[in-house]
Parts: sequence; C-alpha cells; structure tokens
Amino acid sequence: MHIPDGYLATPVWATLDVAAAPAVGYLARRAQKGLEQSSVPLLGVMGAFVFAAQMINFPVAAGTSSHLVGAALLAYALGPAAAGVVLTAILAVQALVFQDGGILALGANVINMAIAGMLAGYLPYWLLGAGRWRRQAIFLGGFLSLLTSGVLAMGELILSGVPMPGVVIRFSLGVFLVSAVLEGAITLAIMQALTAIHPELLRQPQSDGRRALGWIGVGAIILAVAGVAMASAYPDGIERLADATGIASHATTLLRTPLADYQLGTLGSAWLRKAGAGLAGISLIYGALLVGGKWLARKRGA
Amino acid sequence: MHHVVLDRWSRGESALHRRDARAKTIVVLIFLIALATAQRAFLPLSLCYLGILAATIVAAGLPLGAALKRAAVVLPFTAVFVAISLAAGEPMRAAALVGKSYLSALAVLVLVSTTPLPELLRGLERMGVPRYLLMVAQFLYRYLFVISEEAQHMRAALQTKSGTLRRALWDRGKFAAAGGALGVLFARSYAHAEGIHQAMLARGFRGHFLTLSGRSFGRADVFFVAAALVIVAGARAAVEAWI
Amino acid sequence: MQPLVEVRDLRYRYDDGTVALDGVDFQLFAGETVAVLGANGSGKTTFVLHLNGLLLGQGSVTVCGVPVQPATLAQVRQKVGLVFQDSDNQLFMPTVLEDVAFGPLNLGLDAEQARTRALDALGAVGMAHVSAKAPYHLSAGEKKRVAIAGILAMNPEILVLDEPTTFLDPPGQNALVELLDELPQAKILVTHDVDCARALASRAVFFEKGKIAGEGSVPEVVARFSWDRTSLHRQASSRL
Repeated sequence: MHIPDGYLATPVWATLDVAAAPAVGYLARRAQKGLEQSSVPLLGVMGAFVFAAQMINFPVAAGTSSHLVGAALLAYALGPAAAGVVLTAILAVQALVFQDGGILALGANVINMAIAGMLAGYLPYWLLGAGRWRRQAIFLGGFLSLLTSGVLAMGELILSGVPMPGVVIRFSLGVFLVSAVLEGAITLAIMQALTAIHPELLRQPQSDGRRALGWIGVGAIILAVAGVAMASAYPDGIERLADATGIASHATTLLRTPLADYQLGTLGSAWLRKAGAGLAGISLIYGALLVGGKWLARKRGA
Repeated sequence: MHHVVLDRWSRGESALHRRDARAKTIVVLIFLIALATAQRAFLPLSLCYLGILAATIVAAGLPLGAALKRAAVVLPFTAVFVAISLAAGEPMRAAALVGKSYLSALAVLVLVSTTPLPELLRGLERMGVPRYLLMVAQFLYRYLFVISEEAQHMRAALQTKSGTLRRALWDRGKFAAAGGALGVLFARSYAHAEGIHQAMLARGFRGHFLTLSGRSFGRADVFFVAAALVIVAGARAAVEAWI
Repeated sequence: MQPLVEVRDLRYRYDDGTVALDGVDFQLFAGETVAVLGANGSGKTTFVLHLNGLLLGQGSVTVCGVPVQPATLAQVRQKVGLVFQDSDNQLFMPTVLEDVAFGPLNLGLDAEQARTRALDALGAVGMAHVSAKAPYHLSAGEKKRVAIAGILAMNPEILVLDEPTTFLDPPGQNALVELLDELPQAKILVTHDVDCARALASRAVFFEKGKIAGEGSVPEVVARFSWDRTSLHRQASSRL
C-alpha cells in the first residue's frame, strides 16, 4: 500500500505533495499544542513501536501476509494530530531508510495513511468509544482506516493510468478487505489488553453534542469507499450509470484540458470516463474527511 | 538488517559523504523529478541513469552489487504490474514502471547510504520541514533498534508458548495472546518514553531542543549541485534527442 | 561541615495511594560515597528521584544549600547528576557527542563551548574516540561511560548512580568501579551489587518499606540485614 515512485502521474503526485505539505504542518502545530513540549520522545518511541509491530507478519492467504498498520491505534492513544505526525514520521523513515514507498509519492502516501486513513479510523472511536459499542467502534476504526488507505491508493494508481483490469482490482479489494478485518481485529486485541492493564495510556473518547456531523462523516466515508471500490471493480456498470446521468462527460472535459499534455494523453477516452467516476469518488472521500477533520479540530479547540 | 547496513554505509568517508546533506537532497530530488517526468525512450534513459547511479555508488566507496541488490526490494511489487501491463499490451508502460521504480529506489538508497539519517533530517529542517516532525523521526530512528529487539524477544516467547503465529487468525486464544504481547510491547515503549523524558529533564531540558552547529554550504556543494543538474538533465535531453 | 545533601522527613505517595516513602532522613557530605541498599520496591529509586526534583514529595530536600522546589529545579539539576539504570533511555541523541553536549547546551553554553565541554567529559571517561558514533553501536560498558560523561559535562557536585553495574560483564564492572573511584564528586550508589558497594562506599543505608531501617559501614549493614549471598557461597563451596 506504500506507493513507490514511478507509478503516479506527475499531476497526481505533485498535487498530493502540495496538498500534504500544509496539512502536515498543521498537524505538527496542533500536536505540539495539544501535548506537552516534551512529547517528542513519546511520539518517536510510539513510532518505533508501530514500526517494530509491523515487522510481525500475520499470514492472510495464499502466501500474502499482513501486518498492523497502526493508524487507528495511534489515534486512540495519542489523539489524531499526534497520530498524524507519528504516521508521517513513520512513512518518511520507511521511504528514506527502507525505500518502502517513494519520495515524490510521499505526499500521496501521507494523505492516504497518515491523514485520511487515520481520521477514518478515529471517527468511530470518537463517536462510540465511550459507550456500549466501544469494541465494535474500535474494530470498525481499524477496519475503515485500512480500507480507506487502500482504496485511495488504488484510486490514485488508476487515475495515473496504471493498468488495472477489473479482475486485479477485485482481487486487490479482496485483499484489502481481509487486511482491514485483520487490522480491526489486531487493533481491538491490543486495545482490550491496554484497557485492562494500562487504561491511562488511552485517550478518552468525548461524548458530547453535535455528533450528527461526525455520523455524516462516517457515513460518507463508507459510501465513498464502497462507491470507489465498486466503480473500480465494475467500471462498465458505473460507466453506464455515469453516461446516463451525464456526470462522466463533465468530468471528461475537466480532465482533458489540463492533463492532456501529460502522460494521460496517450490513453483513450474510455479510460477517462472511468477515471472521472473514480475521481468523483475520491473527492467525496477527501471531502468527507475534511469535514470530519475540521469538525474534530473545532471540537478540540472549543 | 537493512537499516543497520545502510547506517554503517552512511558513516563512510568519501567526497560524496562530505557533501552537505541539503545539497545531496536537492540532487536526489532533481534526479527523481527528471525520472518521473520522462515519457519516452525509457529503456535507453534507464540504462543511462543506471550507469550514472552506479558510477556514483562506486565513487562513494559503497559495494556496488550489494547496493543494486538492496534497491531491488521494490521489484516484487512492480513485477505484478509489469505482468499486467504486458498482458494489456502496454510494453512501454511496463518498462517505465520497472525503470522508474527501481532507479528511484536506488537513488534514495544512495542518498541514505552517504548521509547519516540524523544529518539528513537536520538538512531537511534547514530546508523548511517542521522541526517537531523531524525530531519525532529522529527519536523514532534512534529507538527503532531498541524496540525491534524487544519485539523480537516477545515474538520468540510467543512462539515458544503457542506454536507459530500462522494459525493465529483462526484461533481466538492465540490472537488474544498476540494482541496481549503487542499490548505489553506498547506499554514497555511507553515506559521507555517516560525514562527518556526523565533523563532529558535531569539534564536541564526546558522544552526546546538545542543543537550543535552543523556544516554550512560550501563551494564544493554548489558545484556538486550544478554538476548534477547538468548531468541529469543533459543525459535525458541527449537520450531523447538521439532516439 | 555542611552536608551537600540534606533530606528531612521525606514522604511520597503514588497517585493510587501507595506509600513509597514514609519519612526518610538522609545526609551526604563532600567526598563521601554512600551505598543505598534494599529490596526491590523498597523505595531506593523513588528516593533518589527526589534529589534532583524529578519527584517532589513532602518534607524537605536541600542540595548544596538550595531547597528543591519547582523554582530551583534548573539549579538543582546542575548540581546533582543522575545516571539512570537504563543507558538506552539516557543516551537519546543520535551521536555520542550530541548527547554529551545536551546538558551543557541546556545550561546556556553556546555551541562551541558545549562541544569543548563534551569532548573534555568524554576524555575524562576515556570515550573521546567514539564521539561521532551512534549510541546503539556501543557496548553496555561504553554506554555507561558515555552516560557518565553526559553528567560530568554539567560540572555537578554530586553523582547519583542507579544500579550502574547492571548489564555489565565482570571486566566491565571492574572498569566502572575504577572510573568511579577516580571521580572526586560525592556519590550516591543505588545498588544490589554488594561488591561494588564494598569497593566504593564508605557508608551504607538500608531501605525497607519506604524508610531507612539501618545505617553503618557497608559490611555492618550487609551483615545486619543478611544482604549477601552466603547461602549461594555455601552451596558453591559444597560443590568443591
């Protein structure tokens, strides 16, 4: 799920780098304010923990294996801003030291995993973590964080013109689903262990009013993820739908002008229509997370 | 372990090692962008760039074969997409994926093998990346080895107690045990963080990390960046004009 | 002669209510080395954490005439150098030199002065040759020396060492004891290593359940509280 360099089209990686930079700056400032000054070693060591935990592989199926990603867990322990900083640091070290994930693609990977995936994981816990549905919320958080990152990554690859026949997409989604279930389960197992021995290490989910927006956020994430997944896996069905509603032609015109000069120029318009649908889905996810994230930030500041 | 080897390589002595971290970062970025934006003549361009990187590796006193091998970690992922591209009748894209992903990984490997990570991070800070983020990365790297060792001990202990982790997904007991082990590792990591914090306070820490002064950008560094720009861009222009 | 460290009726309770220190009186004089002995959990480490204000309890703790309070922490932490049991937690900077310079920089020295101080301190412990190395490359013994250098670089008057010989092999322990013997500062040694205590300390205090249950010379305290490994030695000699 770490996208290497050489896969993303220039407008895609460049845009995501430009988008990620201020977002990361914002997270760093927020994290510094929310925790004490001396939080640097805590965040660093927690990052080392996630790294070390990622070295433990849980076999999934047919030779593939998965490991804890930890975005949701970090958010539950440190809060979303600090978790975002730690995850960014992890991604940077992975890209630099382990060449796992590209440098130009760092913006994309940061948005997919450290920001979008992390927020998608945090929202359910924030909403339900204090009540009867705590365990389900934690599982859902782990599950959504992985699924969101995976689907976003896949969407970015498709948008960049990397050939992805339907069968490959469906298989990838299958793997994502299994990994997401695993992430939910591992996150829940660790959280239960911690709640029993060291509950003071976890953030208290706040339960107060104005949660409607949070629910919309979660709903939007689920819909958008499902939507993009389906669009990618069954492009023809979506294409027909898009043709019928006229969305695709608008998206096509938008995409054609600025992007035509780049690599996308060699690809056919059929692909552009599919990409249009995918782009719409991705924008919906980004939008939902932006709304959710802004709302969370306002809650914290209140 | 990979990072241990690179760490050792990064403390070598060569003209390249002595360059300012910022200069090397800029050069690698130039290379990566030149590679990423290339749209044609992939095969000859990749060979040309591979030659440039190989020459750089040798000049830096690093073992060539080992370096080339380590950068290949990106290839398994790429192999899948190469197969798909070829099946979809897009051999150019297949070539592009292999060339670009491998050479990008190799370039980053060269950067990290000639610059100790903390120095690299300090260079990034002087280029505008938020200090807080970089300090977190610095501590992460410092304690990576410590926590990984503890994780390996736990994993060994877990395996002796409950067989391999292979069936863990289907066995709730083992899964809970694994979760418990990771929970303990989490708590231990937290304890480390508290210990570090105490050690920092004991030596007068008051909230800001102060540093010893670093190297400054010299004439050799300026020349290095200029030369790299000429070589990288020139090679690409030449290859594209020739094809 | 005024004591360098004066502790009177020190009491400390954890957040969950457990009593860690139940009225401790203690003094340290210049040039002395005092061994702090006692079972795990008896309050030894909790006690020394009060000497540089990492913990603040009830009662009074005075260091070189300065009472340990939130307002005086900076001063106190320069005077009392604490070497922790876990060297990995203590050496948290990327290189040895940066770590040893951490203290001097926090004391307000500029980069050049801090660098000089750090190199001098490393020289004093025989570790100047590793100044550019990363801490994880060092052996346990080397790490301990560098940790001590990091403290010496702050010019303290009192050295407090928490279980310094843990993780060291016998040659490492010998070397450490030799080094500590050479350092002129007054020292407090929290230790289970009775041989180390016997080699360095002129006096010992024995902690039991948060209080000092006895004091005297090291052999006296060891004998009084049976704090040695006689049954082990007996078993060993029965094998011969």
